[in-house]
Amino acid sequence: MTKKIMMKGNEAIAEAAIRAGCRLYFGYPITPQSEIAEYMARRLPEVGGTFLQTESEVATVNMVYGAACTGRRVMTSTSSPGFSLMQEGISYIAGAELPCVFVNVVRGGPGLGDIQPAQGDYFQATKGGGHGDYRVIVLGPSTVQEAVDLMGLAFDLADKYRNPVLVLADGLIGQMMEPVELPEMRDLSNLPDHSSWALVGAKGRKPHKVTSFNIDPHELEKMNKRYQAKYREIEKNEKRWENYRVEDLEYLLVGYGTSGRILKSVADMARGDGIKVGVFRPITLWPYPYEALAEVAEKARFVLTVEMSSGQMVEDVKLALEGRVPVYFYGRMAGVVPTPEEIYRHFVKLLEEG
Amino acid sequence: MARVEGYVEIDTERCKGCGLCINACPTKVLEFDMGTFNSKGYHPARYKGTGCIACGFCYMMCPDVCITVYRSVPATVGK
Amino acid sequence: MEKAIFNPPKSLSKREFTYCPGCHHGIVHRLIAEVIDELGIREKTVIIAPVGCSVFAYEFFELDGTVAPHGRALAVATGMKRARPDLVVFTYQGDGDLAAIGTAETIHAANRGEKLTTIFINNAVYGMTGGQMAPTTLIGQKTTTTPYGRNHEKDGYPIHISEILSTMNGVAYLERVTVDTPQNVRSAKKAIKKAFLAQIKGLGFGLVEVLSACPTNWGMNPVEAMTWLREHMAKEFPPKLFVDKVGDG
Repeated sequence: MTKKIMMKGNEAIAEAAIRAGCRLYFGYPITPQSEIAEYMARRLPEVGGTFLQTESEVATVNMVYGAACTGRRVMTSTSSPGFSLMQEGISYIAGAELPCVFVNVVRGGPGLGDIQPAQGDYFQATKGGGHGDYRVIVLGPSTVQEAVDLMGLAFDLADKYRNPVLVLADGLIGQMMEPVELPEMRDLSNLPDHSSWALVGAKGRKPHKVTSFNIDPHELEKMNKRYQAKYREIEKNEKRWENYRVEDLEYLLVGYGTSGRILKSVADMARGDGIKVGVFRPITLWPYPYEALAEVAEKARFVLTVEMSSGQMVEDVKLALEGRVPVYFYGRMAGVVPTPEEIYRHFVKLLEEG
Repeated sequence: MARVEGYVEIDTERCKGCGLCINACPTKVLEFDMGTFNSKGYHPARYKGTGCIACGFCYMMCPDVCITVYRSVPATVGK
Repeated sequence: MEKAIFNPPKSLSKREFTYCPGCHHGIVHRLIAEVIDELGIREKTVIIAPVGCSVFAYEFFELDGTVAPHGRALAVATGMKRARPDLVVFTYQGDGDLAAIGTAETIHAANRGEKLTTIFINNAVYGMTGGQMAPTTLIGQKTTTTPYGRNHEKDGYPIHISEILSTMNGVAYLERVTVDTPQNVRSAKKAIKKAFLAQIKGLGFGLVEVLSACPTNWGMNPVEAMTWLREHMAKEFPPKLFVDKVGDG
């Protein structure tokens, strides 16, 4: 039996990656996630892995690209400004169809912003932060345990679809301590086989070429069609979400990550007052679980979306409901985490306004 | 000592007529084939037919890897 | 009987080069392939191509290969080599890629002593984008973005990457060469071989800077361009052996 231990989110994320078979980490320090790099620097040598502190996030993302070309599990982690710097490389990685995992422990922005928990990077994460038609699978944990579980899933999805996967956490998940149950160490000899395309030397076979490049527009369009077919497949197979107390709901709260977690307390408060409130919490932010949201939201008199941003995911909520249900928004920005009480007060105000 | 006999073979379709081989040839046995265009539209280089000493200078300077240089070898040594 | 004594190396693919007539990229490609053949490392060597005229370089070699984002070849190579230290990984980069947008990646890979090999093509101009100023463009040299000639007051001075890298402990082999004569082609090949040996022997980072002609963007015929290279470029960037920890053994 595995037992629960207390771990800080950032360290739990790092250990979960190692247990998922990741032996390669490249990163540049940035608050509030530097503990991931520090943990990796200490821990990876113990398991025969490689940690490298890079000269910049631009170098980092390209080292991830190079390492991913060999088919081995590789990751990096960063926070908002650093993730912005990586966008060019992520576009190349998506185009070259390389499996790898990113963690963005989001902080307040824009610009230098601050170092407190925020959700202002949702558009960048889910709508394509770099150039071109590509998609990154985005997973949004709401607890340290879920962050651990999603790290394993992230590596598996990256390998399955040869696509970058992003774990979109925030400073709260990264910095808080919670009891977690860690998975067993994965057997490295049992990881997916990438020998059909990986760059490991053309021994006894035709050379492999891995690029996002084709000078012929018709050929490049074929590559794009292949990407799009893969994205449709991911949309079909990989949507994940959590419903909380939705069975008899009259009102629906929607939030992801830390705000999704807070919304459960809000629903409990409302139910204490006899108001039937449920919560929908998307776990995959791309692909977004539009249909599952629509299914629970259609019973609601209105939907209140709560984010630690000026309102980004709320656009996907509206896309899911296509005007059939009123959608309201409440948010705090710049690193301010809303309390359940203030969200509930806002909800009650909406009720009273009818 | 007998003079070394060489022979130059030029892939005229690959050749871009840059002239670096002609410029490098110490015995001046290469020239532009002014009577021919290849499919790229260049006058390719051409071996005049005699006088090559198999020094390989043309091969070394050719930016398009169009040139193979052969050296005559005694039959007893050759394969 | 005739025997081919100079013929194309096996590590080159059959693809025709996409370079302009008289461009030195092709000479350097062939030398790299010859070195790989001679060292017997084709089956474990990976090329990281840059962005620029040689963006297609990964197609010209019979090797596993990829293309890095502009300037990032040495970061990509670092990631690859750290993931698979048993591979031989080399980057092929131009002056814009290596010495302008990718300066940080170049300096830090060299400084870490990454077991990598870099072939740096310095032709003092941006080729693929149509002849704009490079970081290595000479003072007074006309390009499409220095139509009155490079002016140091406005544009700064040509950057000497090899001199900068020569101060770094991580560098195991560093030489600046030309390929303007058969003799210099031979010397360039020796330098390239040593830059690969620096990696194979685990000594550190190896780089060969090749002064190269770009007849098209210099507005000269290929033979004139070589004369200009000798008389102007080689004065600003003198061919020199900077670092050799490989030795002749």
